[in-house]
Amino acid sequence: MYVDPDVVEFISTNFLPVRVHVREQAEEFKRLGSRFEAQWTPTILLTDPEGTEKHRLEGFLPKEDFLGQLTLGLGHSAFAHGDFAGARRWYDDVLERYPGTDAAPEAQYWTGVSEYKETGDAAALAATAGRFTDRYSDTSWAKKSAVWKS
Amino acid sequence: MQQTRELQWEHDFDSTLERARREGRHVLLDFSAAPM
Repeated sequence: MYVDPDVVEFISTNFLPVRVHVREQAEEFKRLGSRFEAQWTPTILLTDPEGTEKHRLEGFLPKEDFLGQLTLGLGHSAFAHGDFAGARRWYDDVLERYPGTDAAPEAQYWTGVSEYKETGDAAALAATAGRFTDRYSDTSWAKKSAVWKS
Repeated sequence: MQQTRELQWEHDFDSTLERARREGRHVLLDFSAAPM
């Protein structure tokens, strides 16, 4: 996965990548694995610049799903820092570039929440719930948004 | 022929995090059992 040119480009552009090998760096894995509660490989964490975990992947994913999750994680990080416009850009990226992945319905949910947090307009939530009737209607994110239907 | 670009992994989390703070970058931390 990490040899794919698109993956290399995305990670190099958006992250400082650190690999800790469970056997070759056993002490470091023990220390960081305990700190981040990593109990399986691969476990991939996205942290913000302060080292706070913002997203976690456990297990291997196909390229599109992997990139979708990384993009989603950047959205979650922006959201957590109150950058709702930035979060929406990342979530919209997920919907545009990786619409067939599990990250997409989650991004659709959170882009609505981000718009609401940015504008204070509850119509953003109702509109998001409406989108779930057209797309990703059989996902847990559709169920979560159903309460917003006007 | 297309050149293959490799990911430049760091292996020292603490020093990489210091750099991340300085540069305002996110960190991707991969706990791996793959052959190095």
